[in-house]
Amino acid sequence: MERLLVVSSSPHIHSPLDTQKVMGWVLAALAPAGLAGVYFFGVRAAAVMAVCVASCVIFEYLWEKCLKKPSTVNDLSAAVTGLLLAYNLPPTIPFWMAVLGSLFAMVVVKHLFGGLGCNIVNPALAARAMMLTSWPVPMTTWTIDGVSGPTPLALIKMGATDQLPPLQDLFIGHVGGCIGETSALALLIGFGILLYKDIIKWHIPVVYVATVAVLSVAFQRPVTPLYEILSGGLLLGAIFMATDYVTTPVTRRGQIIFAVGCGVLATLIRTWGGYPEGVSYSILIMNLVVPLIDRATKPHIFGEVKKHA
Amino acid sequence: MKLPTFWGGIHPPQNKVLTADEKIEQYLPKGELVFPMPQNIGAPCAPVVAKGDRVLVGTRLGNNDAFVSAPILSSVSGTVKDVTLRMTTPGTFENCVVVENDGKYEKAPEWQPLPDYENIDPKEYLKRIRDAGIVGFGGATFPTAVKLSPPPDKKIKWLIVNGVECEPYLNCDNRLMLESPDEVVNGLKLVLRLFPEAQGVIAIENNKPEAVKTMEEAVKRLGASGITVQPLAVKYPQGAEKMLIEALTGQEYVVTALPADVGCIILNVRTTQQIYRAIALGEPAVTRVVTVTGDAVAHPKNISVPLGTSVRELVELCGGFKEQPVKILSGGPMMGVSMRSIDVPVVKGTSGILALTAKSAMLKPITACLHCGKCVEACPMGLVPTVLEPLVAARMYKRFEEEGGMNCIECGSCTYVCPAHRPLTQGCRDGKASVMAMRRKAAAK
Repeated sequence: MERLLVVSSSPHIHSPLDTQKVMGWVLAALAPAGLAGVYFFGVRAAAVMAVCVASCVIFEYLWEKCLKKPSTVNDLSAAVTGLLLAYNLPPTIPFWMAVLGSLFAMVVVKHLFGGLGCNIVNPALAARAMMLTSWPVPMTTWTIDGVSGPTPLALIKMGATDQLPPLQDLFIGHVGGCIGETSALALLIGFGILLYKDIIKWHIPVVYVATVAVLSVAFQRPVTPLYEILSGGLLLGAIFMATDYVTTPVTRRGQIIFAVGCGVLATLIRTWGGYPEGVSYSILIMNLVVPLIDRATKPHIFGEVKKHA
Repeated sequence: MKLPTFWGGIHPPQNKVLTADEKIEQYLPKGELVFPMPQNIGAPCAPVVAKGDRVLVGTRLGNNDAFVSAPILSSVSGTVKDVTLRMTTPGTFENCVVVENDGKYEKAPEWQPLPDYENIDPKEYLKRIRDAGIVGFGGATFPTAVKLSPPPDKKIKWLIVNGVECEPYLNCDNRLMLESPDEVVNGLKLVLRLFPEAQGVIAIENNKPEAVKTMEEAVKRLGASGITVQPLAVKYPQGAEKMLIEALTGQEYVVTALPADVGCIILNVRTTQQIYRAIALGEPAVTRVVTVTGDAVAHPKNISVPLGTSVRELVELCGGFKEQPVKILSGGPMMGVSMRSIDVPVVKGTSGILALTAKSAMLKPITACLHCGKCVEACPMGLVPTVLEPLVAARMYKRFEEEGGMNCIECGSCTYVCPAHRPLTQGCRDGKASVMAMRRKAAAK
């Protein structure tokens, strides 16, 4: 009856959540935004997503194969990076650029730093930043309904607030921009999924968005705080990229500091920076200070000095 | 109403229903019983009997005169068959006294109730508690007489009976509270005589509402003023000493301190009952309640069993295994010890025998840390396990100490929640052991 028993150190039970499930739920939460992207921008958007996801997964697989490392493709993190990268690109981006962006995200940003869990900045955002500097024109050509035109944030930057699309278009997603950022509604559904499955907590997205709202009033931005929030990639960044486990602080206090920092930087860039949009750079810059935040926000050790705040 | 609790913690599935309604069954073994000599925290006992000696229930088999120790008594009458090395729960071989049971359960004549026990000087209880071999039956097995002898400068304000039983699966304390509530309350009343200024609290996790009710009724029935029953929020590790004190009194204390430093003494339910039995009924601590459970066991049960009984007999009493277990644990799934074999004896610290199938043991490969912070949120001690584990792996023990690693209570919460299944608790356990070894080495120089 008895065969060999497993002898190991306690604990002997585990929460059912594992890395693959976490990433799976992130993909599920990203799905509504992807569907909205395809609905508003057409099949070209779906093609960009397919190219990015496939090339990220393939580059990860090849890299690990070449280095004779065990394959981690099954943990789905490469697929998440690919999808996030696609969401940060215009639907008209040439495929070869999307492939190069995926190469940069997977190999340079993720695997040269040690692979999953070791990268310093968010791979999808770093790849987008690289692409924006390398190919500024294709990366900022926005089309909606077959007509190219500026994004709402670009209109604000140009001072042409009278040409802004109505608020409900921003909420539903009928507006030019990156594939994944277009529909606030779809992103909020994704946020609901992540919260419900306890993949992320509300703190980072809510604090990030609230900071932007408050500062947009303080900096006397020409639109209402709600319009400010729904414009550009703020919701996409706040819900899906500023909450990336690997590149954000581990403590609740640290996460709040991180989110405030993102909000401040994003609004500063939007108001006085050279780009109309500052979400990507705000998160990338804050990614760099995560080790410092983690060090400064260590939790209170039981019994030492005072009680928890 | 919000029930008191502590900071951090986790909510593992309880799986208590398997044995929650199983009445404690008495089991009398036959054949040989094995009594390992190390059975308590502190100094291990040395055998005081020799091969061929006749022993009775309550006859001393092993003893050590060191302050922090408790004697080991025979749970059956019979003949000492051997004094030899036998395998014990963690898989190590220890010096054991083996007694051949004659099946008569004849009690040693010296075991009589303490005369006029309700009026004598309570200091006399301490000798009886030690002689009866009473230790912390929650699993930590700290000698109870020592616990009840705090230095005179420590003012004890709270006497806490720990009926939390926060480990999943286990029900031995729950059943004890339901079936012998009066003995538990009477035990606490006796201990309170030692600390007349202290308040008695019976703390129970609120997933056992019947136990809460039963204990409240018992307290009322026995007119035990100065004893309250306190339900606590359901969260693991609510029953850990530090978390229990935090929940009940709002106090925290540093890792090197003891509960007595913040005016608390904590006794397990079974320990409290055993104190009453030793003093009032003249019964030594030679049995304990064991929950035999897990999804691999055919008929999970709560069994009252003489110490020294083979675990295999308990499993057979429960109908054996209905499925192939991959892991068999002594204790609960969060802090229990995994066993190599079930041919080991029940000892004072055996609170449960848990046989898990591959499905519930969830043996999964370890993957890379995602930095998700779930372990930080779970750690009731306020540590950052994701930092500590790599420090131990890199043998950076000084940094490990600086980051508070020595505070780890090894509750397992971090490992439980880790989506990468990293052995975080194991890392801290390893780090603590290495630091302690280095300290001992430095002290020896």
